[in-house]
Amino acid sequence: MVKQIVTGAHYGLKDWLAQRITALVMAVYVIAFAGMLMVCPVQGHEQWRALFSNQFMRVATLIFFLSVFWHAWVGMRDILMDYVKHTGVRLGLEVVVVLILVAYALWAVEILWSL
Amino acid sequence: MITADQRPKYLNLFRIRLPLPGWVSILHRISGFALFIFGGALLYLLQEVLRSPEGYMHVRAITGNWLVKLFLVGLLWSFLHHFFAGVRFLLLDVHVAGDLRATRITSAAVLIVSLVLTAIVGVWLW
Repeated sequence: MVKQIVTGAHYGLKDWLAQRITALVMAVYVIAFAGMLMVCPVQGHEQWRALFSNQFMRVATLIFFLSVFWHAWVGMRDILMDYVKHTGVRLGLEVVVVLILVAYALWAVEILWSL
Repeated sequence: MITADQRPKYLNLFRIRLPLPGWVSILHRISGFALFIFGGALLYLLQEVLRSPEGYMHVRAITGNWLVKLFLVGLLWSFLHHFFAGVRFLLLDVHVAGDLRATRITSAAVLIVSLVLTAIVGVWLW
């Protein structure tokens, strides 16, 4: 019999795959962003604001941020599973990580859509 | 000569000689953890830059401090190492550069490229 313990995992492919897919999304965004900055440097408040006010940039950036936070969840869960042996403490810390990441996601939406 | 019954009963981290791919791996974990812990600070800086001209000047003032600069260069390294080590892991997933010799070479490349890029971008932005 397989002894199942609370890890926050689904004992499957989903998180592993999500980690890779979000990594690819972030890599594409970061390379495109770095390339864009090298071709036309952005300086000062007005230019940064104009850049992120563009609807395409806004949506692309939100997708990037959501990828970051999902990726961070998988990574932090891995770390907690490796180092925190006590099931209750681990579950508590996982809840804290999820709450922080959900708050970050809402904050990112607020930053981008309040422009 | 260490015989079977003299084997260490526990892992002493300071007596383990980690091979290069091991260094890339543990630094990938540490840099990822650092990025999670300090991600909120980066979001705050983005918010201030975009909020108003005053917010932008506020960020300029905050990042003018050399200690903050040093901290941001540390985060820059965390990002770059995590990025290049991550690309390396993705390539390993699809069986690119997976033999012993190649993994050592790509590990050294990840460590060196992220340090050199951190130095270049760090000096450029300082």
